[in-house]
Amino acid sequence: MTQQTTEPPTSALDLAEEFLDRTTPLSRIRNTLHRYPAVSPAIVLVLAVIVFGLLNDRFLNPANLSLITQQVAVVGTLAVAQTLIILTAGIDLSVGAVMVLSSMVMAQTSVQLGLPGVLAIFLGLVVGLAAGAFNGFLVTRLKLPPFIVTLGTLSIFVALTLLYSGGATVRGAEMPELLTAMGATFNIGGVNFTVGVLMMLLLYVVVALILGKTAWGRHVYAVGDDPEAARLAGISVNRVLMSVYLAAGAILALGAWIQIGRTNAASPNAGAELNLDSITAVVIGGTSLFGGRGTVWGTLLGALIVGVFRNGLSLAGLDVLWQTFAVGVLIIVAVSVDQWIRKVRK
Amino acid sequence: MTTATDAAGQAPAPGPAETRTPILRARRLVKTFGRVVGLDGVSLELYPGEVLAIIGDNGAGKSTLIKCLTGAEIPDEGELFLDEKPVHFKRPQDARAAGIETVYQNLAVSPALDVAANLFLGREERKRGILGSVFRVVDQKGMREKARNELKALGISTLQDVTVPVENLSGGQRQAVAVARAAAFGSKVVVLDEPTAALGVRESNQVLELIRNLRDRGIPVILISHNMPHVFDVADRIHIQRLGKRAATITPESHTMTDAVAIMTGALRA
Ligand SMILES: Nc1ncnc2c1ncn2[C@@H]1O[C@H](COP(=O)(O)OP(=O)(O)OP(=O)(O)O)[C@@H](O)[C@H]1O
Ligand SMILES: [Mg+2]
Repeated sequence: MTQQTTEPPTSALDLAEEFLDRTTPLSRIRNTLHRYPAVSPAIVLVLAVIVFGLLNDRFLNPANLSLITQQVAVVGTLAVAQTLIILTAGIDLSVGAVMVLSSMVMAQTSVQLGLPGVLAIFLGLVVGLAAGAFNGFLVTRLKLPPFIVTLGTLSIFVALTLLYSGGATVRGAEMPELLTAMGATFNIGGVNFTVGVLMMLLLYVVVALILGKTAWGRHVYAVGDDPEAARLAGISVNRVLMSVYLAAGAILALGAWIQIGRTNAASPNAGAELNLDSITAVVIGGTSLFGGRGTVWGTLLGALIVGVFRNGLSLAGLDVLWQTFAVGVLIIVAVSVDQWIRKVRK
Repeated sequence: MTTATDAAGQAPAPGPAETRTPILRARRLVKTFGRVVGLDGVSLELYPGEVLAIIGDNGAGKSTLIKCLTGAEIPDEGELFLDEKPVHFKRPQDARAAGIETVYQNLAVSPALDVAANLFLGREERKRGILGSVFRVVDQKGMREKARNELKALGISTLQDVTVPVENLSGGQRQAVAVARAAAFGSKVVVLDEPTAALGVRESNQVLELIRNLRDRGIPVILISHNMPHVFDVADRIHIQRLGKRAATITPESHTMTDAVAIMTGALRA
């Protein structure tokens, strides 16, 4: 990435290329997208809303919009954790599993052990942090690729969840009120929002500020961009990576809390599609799988796109498999666009 | 030993090098990469107020040597002294904290971050007050201002806008960023690994001028270069590296360029 061009860029060919680069409309679009990676998902979202709105007049109903936001709350939260990890050029296949494990711990410790809600949520947070620490340890100390690490811990966390919960779902009615508090609704302009949606939005604001305004945020980008350059510039790469996995674990615990409120239950079988959807949201949102590029606001747009597609397709009466199909297409298109945009400077 | 350290800071006293106390001294550094021997017992002395050039063929161990001096690599064997006190740099930031700034051959810039963010990478300044101390908000405006001033002070005119991402810069401009970072923050020693490799004639001369400026400010410079005229132009002494060993240390007065190349290639034994 940091390779220097050994030739001075003054040959006639270079100049010609640079000239062409500035003038073809396609290149200009590409340069713009490179500069403002959130532009393309924003366009896709607007188009999707228009198309689905025209296809089915129920789509833009306040009740349906409210449903979409609730569906997005969980995926959107997991996608923040996923964004942090993908920014460091990693990937986390275990986000859904960690979220479910954390939610089961919250539910079981409160229902079976009779712990108060605050304590149960705290234990869920501890589980999220421990899972993040375990992933982070394997990535930084054993130097294993994040893909392999989280592929392994995905199975481990799924198994732990089933062993711990005995496969049984805990109903929200049995839990202390605090655990299902994220499902409480309030009304703005005719649309019902849940506290969980509000929490998710708050999370985006906080993480966006941290990434944009603190040294830690810059270091996350630098580490994802070029870890060796970051190390030589005096950044403790392992410490940054570890902190990212820990932060992700904490965010996943928040996701667990929101999930309990959303479904008014804690189920060990929840969230099978959440892993892929969170990655899709991040990638559609313009964050590069190669690390160092992207924003959480793009991810929010990505999560909304995933939510709008799933909801719109099911309203159109299509089988749920077509939703999965569409998510698959979205991810491939998004990565292709990303590859194309990244060709701006090569 | 301890009495000489104070004087070492300023006095660019001319005269035979051996009577002065080196600021930075390496003794018998050994560094192997698996079966490849990068450094085979290399010693080096850097005296106050001098420009020490390191020359040698590709793969002679120049970069490995300066990496061992600056904490980027940990030598297998050997000792390192800063102001005659033993030091053990485990990470680049250890050397930085001791006042040694380095431009590595691969530049070590972060392409997605802008020029100012790169200049301050790893030592970001925070806002004053509670925003900075509690919420750890960086002082972006202040750092950009300082970056502009620093670039102006260093006479680096090719970087007009400090808010452009480094990936949008040419190779030479990236090099300017890396050199500016080292020059701006180096308080004790500045190390440059082929800083003019991608630069045009005018920019190369600017870097050479920068090196002289640093020396005049009392900051010794280690310069790796393949460009013999540059080396003979700016260096006070020349360390010749050959096959992982120090073949000789010469001066531009004692030897000609032809001699230096001959020692480098093994045609002449020093
Ligand atoms: N990280 C590494 N892993 C394996 N071998 C290495 C590593 N770094 C350097 N080497 C080897 O050590 C030797 C010295 O390399 P070094 O980079 O120090 O040479 P150099 O004198 O800087 O060459 P150049 O002029 O091409 O920059 C070479 O044989 C190189 O292949
Ligand atoms: Mg080298």
